[in-house]
Amino acid sequence: MEGFLAATVIAGMPLLFATTGEIITEKSGLLNLGVEGLMLMGAIMGFVAGYETGNPWMGLLGAILAGAAGSLIFAFLTITLRANQVVTGLTLTIFGTGFASFMGKSYVGLVVPQTIKDFFVKIHVPLLGDIPFIGPVFFRQDVFVYFGYFLVVLVSLYFYRTKRGLNLKAVGESAASADASGINVMVYKYVHTCIGGALCALGGAYMSLVMMSVWVENVVAGRGWIAVALVIFASWNPIKAFIGAFLFGGLSILGFRLQSMGIHISQYWVDMLPYAATIVIIILSSRKNKKENQPPADLGIAYFREER
Amino acid sequence: MTRFNIIKRDDLPKKREWIIRTLAILFSLVSAGLVILALGFDPLEVFPGMVTGALGTEIRLTQTILKAIPLIVTSLGILVAFKMNFWNIGGEGQILMGALAAAYVALNVEGLPKPVMLLLMAAAAMVAGGIWAFIPAFFKARMGVNETIFTLMLNYIAIKFVTYLQYGPWKSPESQGFPKVATFPDNATLPKLFGIHIGWVIALILVVLVYIFINHTKKGFEIRVVGESKETARYAGMNISSVIIVAMLISGGLCGLTGMIQASAVEKTLAASLSGGYGFTAIITAWLARLNAIAVLFVCFAFAILLQGGSYIQISMQIPAAVADMLQGIILFFVLGSEFFIQYKIGIIRKNIPQKEVA
Amino acid sequence: MEPIKAIEMKGICKTFGSVKANEDVDLTVYNGEVHALLGENGAGKSTLVNMLSGIYRQDCGTVSIYGEEVHFSSPKDPIEMGIGMIHQHFKLVDVMTARQNIALGKSKGLFTRNKQLTKEIRSISDQYGLDVDPDKKVYNMSVGEKQTLEIIKVLYRGAKILILDEPTAVLTPQEIRRLFQIIRTMRDKGCAIVIITHKLGEVMEISDRITVLRKGRTIGTVKTSEVQVPSLIEMMVGKKVDLAIKKEKTDQEKKVLLEVDNLHVINSENKTALSGISFDLHAGEILGVAGVAGSGQKEICETIAGLTRADKGRIFFEGENIIGKTPRDIIRLGIRMGFIPEDRLGMGLVGTMDIVHNLILKDYQNQPGIFLRRGPCEAKARSIVERLDIQTPGIHYPVKKLSGGNIQKVLLGREIDSNPKVLITAYPVRGLDIGASYKIYDLLNEQKKNGVGVLFIGEDLDVLMDLCDRVMVFCMGKVTGIVNPDEVTKEQIGLLMTGGKEGLAHDQI
Repeated sequence: MEGFLAATVIAGMPLLFATTGEIITEKSGLLNLGVEGLMLMGAIMGFVAGYETGNPWMGLLGAILAGAAGSLIFAFLTITLRANQVVTGLTLTIFGTGFASFMGKSYVGLVVPQTIKDFFVKIHVPLLGDIPFIGPVFFRQDVFVYFGYFLVVLVSLYFYRTKRGLNLKAVGESAASADASGINVMVYKYVHTCIGGALCALGGAYMSLVMMSVWVENVVAGRGWIAVALVIFASWNPIKAFIGAFLFGGLSILGFRLQSMGIHISQYWVDMLPYAATIVIIILSSRKNKKENQPPADLGIAYFREER
Repeated sequence: MTRFNIIKRDDLPKKREWIIRTLAILFSLVSAGLVILALGFDPLEVFPGMVTGALGTEIRLTQTILKAIPLIVTSLGILVAFKMNFWNIGGEGQILMGALAAAYVALNVEGLPKPVMLLLMAAAAMVAGGIWAFIPAFFKARMGVNETIFTLMLNYIAIKFVTYLQYGPWKSPESQGFPKVATFPDNATLPKLFGIHIGWVIALILVVLVYIFINHTKKGFEIRVVGESKETARYAGMNISSVIIVAMLISGGLCGLTGMIQASAVEKTLAASLSGGYGFTAIITAWLARLNAIAVLFVCFAFAILLQGGSYIQISMQIPAAVADMLQGIILFFVLGSEFFIQYKIGIIRKNIPQKEVA
Repeated sequence: MEPIKAIEMKGICKTFGSVKANEDVDLTVYNGEVHALLGENGAGKSTLVNMLSGIYRQDCGTVSIYGEEVHFSSPKDPIEMGIGMIHQHFKLVDVMTARQNIALGKSKGLFTRNKQLTKEIRSISDQYGLDVDPDKKVYNMSVGEKQTLEIIKVLYRGAKILILDEPTAVLTPQEIRRLFQIIRTMRDKGCAIVIITHKLGEVMEISDRITVLRKGRTIGTVKTSEVQVPSLIEMMVGKKVDLAIKKEKTDQEKKVLLEVDNLHVINSENKTALSGISFDLHAGEILGVAGVAGSGQKEICETIAGLTRADKGRIFFEGENIIGKTPRDIIRLGIRMGFIPEDRLGMGLVGTMDIVHNLILKDYQNQPGIFLRRGPCEAKARSIVERLDIQTPGIHYPVKKLSGGNIQKVLLGREIDSNPKVLITAYPVRGLDIGASYKIYDLLNEQKKNGVGVLFIGEDLDVLMDLCDRVMVFCMGKVTGIVNPDEVTKEQIGLLMTGGKEGLAHDQI
């Protein structure tokens, strides 16, 4: 059981990064449906950079740059040029998918260098890793996972305890009010969209560099879309995002677990589970009507100061 | 001191609008050309290659038309949904469920004359596609559930389900190596007209029907009003839930019909790969056509050239197929960006001199 | 001592598309004065003042603050120079508390300091007599409280120049009195205050000097003590106008058209919007509805029109109970009721469609068959455009591109065209210039003469008292009184608007 839960944490990491990234983007008022494309771009560029240099930091950097670049295109189109956010996001996904497929052609089946595998080896945290049950599950993981925990704490602090976090909330809720208060709305949107995109890309890179360690076509397989749904499930809160990622990570590896326990369900039904579960959670989430759990009020709306 | 200022336009003559859009497409082609150059190929060979690859010979033209047909029908389905401000991303799933229903009829109902069989298959496909779209529509109408994610998740479920059938209960004993579903009997395949299956006739008829429906019927009017402002629809006494559901039944039904056409005329069986990304591409073509049924015809044909051309140069010039995807993306980015220049104008402000329009 | 010029704007011009909002405008405001910017709707007052708040940039002309020429590129610049703007439509974040809204924008330091902030807010409150609950969420606040919050917000940032854009439009007479007291306190402390308004009575009461704008141009600047209302009107409108609204006296027998009986409505947020509402509407009368925004006006309109469900009560239209009927039912039953909603483009019309299709909106359900017939509505459109003198390039022009007054005329034209017996109109002259407003009043009077019962929801008490035969006052979902405007004062209506208590939630005077 502990082994399963530990594996769940790993499986949930890409979702955590992508969901947190999209939460940051949406908090600034932009709906970026290009998460799937960004994850794939991060996955391939992270893999290529890591494979070619053998340096894990270069791999991660490659992913970050890819994510930032992709979301920068999205940001420019939707913030400055005020293009339709849904269509632009979908285009980013199509573009990112094609890009990853194209770049990945020559890397199919190749394995990451040992240096990278060594970097992401599991580290047993002293003291914390020895707590019964919790220890083996959460504190005997690789550095990326620990960074994931740190990310949740960092983003939560940012949103709820800092001045900039408050400003960010205003930008997403009412860009006009934020603008009138002297906040530079454009800069906030650009910066947070790009940070969000970079995090999505990192989530993809974790899949290609660490989880699979080998490049396969379409490694992300729809997780980007589940992340978009998890943002709603998490009510735009990073801690709830962690819970959601954990749950869905578990669902995605449930099939193997059941098979290994001797329960034979057709692989396809199990494959459907995460998607069916996503449907369930968005239905349930729509019943929560409390004002505090609503999306940022200005989400999806392009801001134009001189609107008459 | 010079500064730039962005001002919203009051109005732009239609001619200028189209000039800006055409410029956008030209710029995108130039950018795409640069990308192709960067990848080590010669754009002056690639672009003409794509065009001749799509239109050069009768066979290639046929291929292009065969790609255009499902794109047109699906785009019409997406158009109806989008007109109502319902983001139906579930085209893929609706196509597959339609194909599934058609396949069920084709493989299990025996002894019917061809026309009856085909009509039955079409009806089953439209019902199945309609139901697959109805589910998210129902939840949106009743509970305001986000339709973008719902329809998308149903895509994945549909793909998995069809794959399950293809590899499992419906696997044909004749398939060697790669599992496939049994081939349709002869009375379940669409006949040909002028060498191409009559899907093209269906597509053309649907273009006209959808145009009339949206612009000249009461239901079409209701769909447009609900799409623009639910409050106004409420005020006018429209039953919004019913409008949403009817529109989505039609939207899903059209996509389902695509599934039947593809299954019956192209694949002659059921396969998970049948939807071929048409569900997603249709979103782009519908949007590019500004949700106008007649424009859909032309945009889809242009896209079919892009797809067929891309397929051709993959073989003849060893350029990976994913390039076509990237090209689609680049063109679309530029057109999306060009909307800005249609809606707004840029002016330069110089001290004490009235603003001059720059772009 | 030479008075200090706080604001000096010279030769300002600003164009939006083809509209010249400001042309060669001059404005000078001194420290220690209350300066009124007067003009009718559409004269260019908000545009001018938005250049001081950093939202617009002038196309030409200079702006100087305390003698220094400035170029504002964003709202941040004027804030740093001590300019604080209270917008007509509040720029507050609904889901945040008062304290959070005040803290917005200041990025010095990393973490939010709640205790420090509360202390600072307290000191401002005491200094100026402004009261606010720092932990209250904006969506729970009344309009008066929101405005107080906006004022504290700008004072917190050290504003010495205050600009208030139509501050009294949404206040009760008592709240207006309190606001003016606060303004006087600030003026005496040496602040420069600009107040934008189109209400002449208030201008005479509070201002020291007045600058009048008309159609985007400065007409003149005068000392309040040296000018009379009639000359102000002439400057505002361009000619001598009698601003009295005629109240038509009808001798018709007052048949009861609409009878509302003990209506209870709970809104979408599960709060009681209306409780125990009962009143009658007679043929040939204009019944006004007064009240602070959010007192239930929206709900009473929508419930009668069938758009909102009532929990209890009955509504009789010519004796027939229409409670629970949807708008579709009402149209089908042939009940002739017109409703002109507050939200013109968001509810009453489809903005991207033309006049013809907007007429079809009400008409299509009565057409047989599945096809849309445009013919009859095209003829109707032409006749309405002519009858109401609607300025439009054509009947096939999208209505959202028309000016506010013309949009309203389209709405009114459509509703009147179906010969309603009852006409409900919510804030029909909001945002319209004087010419258009008076045309609307004339049209309503015409309907009244024809025996129509008009329910008129308005925010300008003067207009309500002049135009309406009776005025019904709403407060927090209840009817606090139905009065004859000839027999009561504005202050008495104001008291009814706040439930008989001075001020809504708090008062220290």
